[in-house]
Amino acid sequence: MNTQLLVQLLINGLVVGTLYGVVAMSFVLIYKASQVVNFAQGELLLIGAWVCWWLLTKYQVPFYLGMPITLVFMFVFGIAIQVVILRPMIGEPIISVIMVTIALSTVFSAMMKWMFGVNLQPFPRVFNTQNVNVLGLQVQTVYLMSLAVSLAMIVGMAWFFRLSKYGLAMRATAFNQQVAQSLGISVKSVFAMAWAISATVSAVAGVVVAVVNGVSAGLSAYGVKVFPAAILGGLDSVGGAVLGGIIIGLLENVAHFVDSEYLHWGNLYEIAPFYALIIILMIKPYGLFGTKDIERV
Amino acid sequence: MLEVRDLHAYYGKSHILQGVDMHIDAGEVVSLLGRNGVGRSTTVKAIMGEVPPQGSIWFKGADIAGLPSYRIAHLGLGYVPEHRDIFPGLTVRQNLMLGIKDPRRAGKWRLEDMLEMFPNLAARADTAAGVLSGGEKQMLTICRTLMGDPELVMIDEPTEGLAPLIVQQVGDLIAEIARRGVAILLVEQKLSIAMRISHRLYVMGHGRIVFEGTPAELKANAAVRQEWLEV
Repeated sequence: MNTQLLVQLLINGLVVGTLYGVVAMSFVLIYKASQVVNFAQGELLLIGAWVCWWLLTKYQVPFYLGMPITLVFMFVFGIAIQVVILRPMIGEPIISVIMVTIALSTVFSAMMKWMFGVNLQPFPRVFNTQNVNVLGLQVQTVYLMSLAVSLAMIVGMAWFFRLSKYGLAMRATAFNQQVAQSLGISVKSVFAMAWAISATVSAVAGVVVAVVNGVSAGLSAYGVKVFPAAILGGLDSVGGAVLGGIIIGLLENVAHFVDSEYLHWGNLYEIAPFYALIIILMIKPYGLFGTKDIERV
Repeated sequence: MLEVRDLHAYYGKSHILQGVDMHIDAGEVVSLLGRNGVGRSTTVKAIMGEVPPQGSIWFKGADIAGLPSYRIAHLGLGYVPEHRDIFPGLTVRQNLMLGIKDPRRAGKWRLEDMLEMFPNLAARADTAAGVLSGGEKQMLTICRTLMGDPELVMIDEPTEGLAPLIVQQVGDLIAEIARRGVAILLVEQKLSIAMRISHRLYVMGHGRIVFEGTPAELKANAAVRQEWLEV
């Protein structure tokens, strides 16, 4: 057995999986606050990545400035999506709002192609040293950065939901909007905040992926990976989303290992997470940490 | 403090409130009594903006009719809805924290006070509120609203379905709220607590106020009690 390849792939899986977890977390954030399944999550990553790339290449803004500017932009952009497009939909059936997010996904991805083209663009170099030695293994610096950024965002989100007033307000709104309102919580601003934070966190993930792989329309595929991750963890559990993401990331890479070493079927890593998803949902239909939604008639 | 004039409200085509007039002064304890379905809960919901009101509702000199309920809450009007709607997945402490409107201002009620007054809540401060008993949930919903430091609090049916001992505790809490100078509008079906703590009582029937007076006056008026309250 090729142990070195396996270890390399496991590290890869962990890094990518944590990133999936972060995106899944930002997806769950919107779902928790408003029960809306956001099909445009992947495009939020893509927009974040393109905006940062554009600042860095067109205006030669240094990364340490370009990144925060991108995040501020995405925060405002998230609020704008909610206020301009989704707020008029309040009171309409949830399925209509979900359809709107599908439309948003199409419109955004077309706009990005129109503005930035369809070719892969390399991201300007962010780190001077390409590799660092961790316990005898050569690990790319960007991978370490990705892991560190992901963990920081996970910790930040955990703090936000447990201890911050806004995070609690968001959870309260998810339970019972009317009661939340009577306590002085504005449901409209909670929704806007959910989109703002979700867009910002997605943009961080988008930039991290872009630094590693470059920017192209394909980056929004991360939005698709979010579904197995979030569903696996249970749609309404932030911690579950992170764990779901890590499991998906690891499964992909383990499948890749098994495939390349033994089976040679090709492309197993792309479908393996979905098989696992089906099996887990057969055993636990609400996901690993999801809330059981039992309706008594 | 609260002045309601000719308040009407509809559920679809049903005309539920048909011209309610009432007022509550600062620090006053007022009960709104009546049988099921006469519009007591709808009255508080209309005041709170949860049911679209028609008519005039003035609170501390501002017209609040039709404002969204979160804005009304920020003006200092607290509302404890019926059904003890706590947030089940949040801990007792988090439920209480959500009631706070302005963390910079020290109000009449502090989190530590609440936990001291209710050892049961203190013991479960960091467990999910969903596991509390009915009585504990009721205390928590009232305490949560108090954390926002309201000047008037409207409490809808706090004792419904509770054991007599717990009813007594809820009554004590409401008396404590009054003692700290907060005005109360208590919506009740049972007479016991209302008669004990109220300065004034309103009796509702068919979407209107049919009696207004002190507990002593209501006691003396057997006709009103028989027609509108007793079953």
